[in-house]
Amino acid sequence: MKETRAKYWRKSLNLSEFKIPKGKIHILKDRCKGCGFCVEYCPNNVLELSEKFNAKGYHPPKIVNENDCVNCGLCEMVCPDFAIWCTLDKEVCLES
Amino acid sequence: MAKKKIEPHPMENILRMDRIPHIWCPACGIGTAVTSFASALEKLKVNLDEVCVVSGIGCTGRVAGYTKVDSFHTTHGRAIAYATGVKLGNPKMKVIVFSGDGDIIAIGGNHFMHAARRNIDITVICVNNFIYAMTGGQVAPTTPLTAYATTSPFGNIEPPYNIPRLAEACGAVYVARWTALHVRRLTNSIVEAIQKPGFSVVEVISPCAQYYSRINRLGDGLDMMRFYHDNAVIKHNEPTENLDIDYQKQIIMGKFIDREKPTYIERYNEWLSESKPKKK
Repeated sequence: MKETRAKYWRKSLNLSEFKIPKGKIHILKDRCKGCGFCVEYCPNNVLELSEKFNAKGYHPPKIVNENDCVNCGLCEMVCPDFAIWCTLDKEVCLES
Repeated sequence: MAKKKIEPHPMENILRMDRIPHIWCPACGIGTAVTSFASALEKLKVNLDEVCVVSGIGCTGRVAGYTKVDSFHTTHGRAIAYATGVKLGNPKMKVIVFSGDGDIIAIGGNHFMHAARRNIDITVICVNNFIYAMTGGQVAPTTPLTAYATTSPFGNIEPPYNIPRLAEACGAVYVARWTALHVRRLTNSIVEAIQKPGFSVVEVISPCAQYYSRINRLGDGLDMMRFYHDNAVIKHNEPTENLDIDYQKQIIMGKFIDREKPTYIERYNEWLSESKPKKK
């Protein structure tokens, strides 16, 4: 995926100036009701419904690729149970 | 074993976290609407002592209990009537009525019409889930034609209300409609509606996974969200007569009305400052 992108797009000269945020996801597993909104609407597919049950018998989400989270906050906005949110962890340079 | 430190939820200063988990069903859209409302309050940076949330009865009526601002949980349908009293008693307050379609449009329909006619400076967030969900899925005045409900086992034959058109005809100054999926646009719309002086209405179309979509066999809440994703179209300034909601057809969203009108309190102050003839 990354190679094809590099083939068609020129490399920006000031690439080192751009930073992408990295998010840290917090999940309150026992508050989750397993609706799956966060899993469906995460733009980077960071989350997945886990096989395990929580205290209420629902399947809470689990983090599968945490490195892809860019702290967009959509999981927090779309969660009807206030059970998931993300905070800014660090900002990473695009070049590195 | 040392207790793991849990980071606080970012909306802890607006929501009463000790009362959550809330009673809403899995995949209900009301929680999303509350998140949008809370982030709208965060965006506005208002003094939370000057915000009052008024709710009626019903699923959405529980919102007043979950917000950490001054809140009223009022009788069925009378949320707007109470909100009028709060606003006139303390005009500095930002009064938000957060209630459902069965509360605002059905049982409190007259209060809605007359508050819009007087142009009282309140914001109405009406969560429309097409059914009376808390009492068991009866037909509401917003249930689309041919949809099934507990009290219409052969399909609904009553044409539903078009909430934006009703609000426009009665004199509301700001009317918008969004679904529970379009959270960012909904947040911006709530910010605009709270800032707007006058009677502003934001309709939020929300999935009801346990009654509306179960009785109509439309899948769970996630399937309803996918339906909104595929069938909801944004058309700003659309004439409100085109905004009828048909059963499982296209939903038109956007900001439809944004106009200026003197509010009730402005008129009242004007009347107070006028020189009046003395009584004999």
